Amino acid sequence: MKAIKFILAGILFGIVMSKSEAISWFRIQEMFRFQSFHMYGIIGTAVVLGALSVMMIKRFKLKDTAKQPIVFKDKDKGYYRYIFGGIIFGLGWALTGACPGPMFVNIGYGYLSMLIVVAGALLGTLIYGIIKDRLPH
Amino acid sequence: MLELIKQPWPWYFSGFMIVVIMLLLVFWGKSFGFSANLRNLCAMAGAGRKVKFFDFDWKSQQWNLLFLVGAIIGGFISSHYLSDPNELQLSATTIKDLKQLNISFNGELNPTELFSLQTLTEPKTIFLLLFGGILVGFGSRYAGGCTSGHAISGLSNFQFPSLLAIIGFFIGGLLMTFFFMPYLFKI
Repeated sequence: MKAIKFILAGILFGIVMSKSEAISWFRIQEMFRFQSFHMYGIIGTAVVLGALSVMMIKRFKLKDTAKQPIVFKDKDKGYYRYIFGGIIFGLGWALTGACPGPMFVNIGYGYLSMLIVVAGALLGTLIYGIIKDRLPH
Repeated sequence: MLELIKQPWPWYFSGFMIVVIMLLLVFWGKSFGFSANLRNLCAMAGAGRKVKFFDFDWKSQQWNLLFLVGAIIGGFISSHYLSDPNELQLSATTIKDLKQLNISFNGELNPTELFSLQTLTEPKTIFLLLFGGILVGFGSRYAGGCTSGHAISGLSNFQFPSLLAIIGFFIGGLLMTFFFMPYLFKI
């Protein structure tokens, strides 16, 4: 059961990403060209509702299903890693039209060329792991 | 009901559903962040023997890898059982702009010029897909998260680093779209 529920959540994620067309290269291009509200609407709605949920969870000190307090970890401090890493990510996001989640959803959808993008993403992650100590963070 | 699901989902419902997924994971004691899986996969493949960054207990992240498996299945279900026969409603200006880059709008999710299996016979297509993937993988780990970890989970928790990362995402995305793509696609 423990394993199944995460697979089910993943399936829901895959369906949401497909039906919202967030896995579409065309939609990502439309977003970066500021020619439609669609992607901004999706992310904006998620952020507003997400922020409200997080505030409620903190305000009412809600617990998770294992009766443990829910804690939101703060991101590490720093500037360079977020700006430089973000820019590099953005370059790849616009080129491939896919961030990590949608890459895999696309493979399931039938776009097998995305396997090459995933191979690249794994390689990129590996390169980061090797040279990370030499980068400003 | 099924007919309703088959239509493209409006942005507000899609955004709401993303929060539902985030909250499911939060209440199960986890946090929503997909790109961590790229690191998990490297660790699973044994990269931890050579590189310290991958030397961690990836089995504790098994839940996220199961989520990834689900995401693939979800894509399969969408294309096989929930797909909409109508064309994607892409903005007319985007269609016109992309034409200048030699990318034609085919009414589907992704362009034929980049993602059809036939174009994989061209080394240039393979290079672009692989190179783009490397940027996404490297960048998301360097920035410590991707769209889910920073834009959704991070911003929802008012994390300043996440805001910086998203500004970075857009600087990079705009540079690629307006400065590099004209070169990359026209050669």
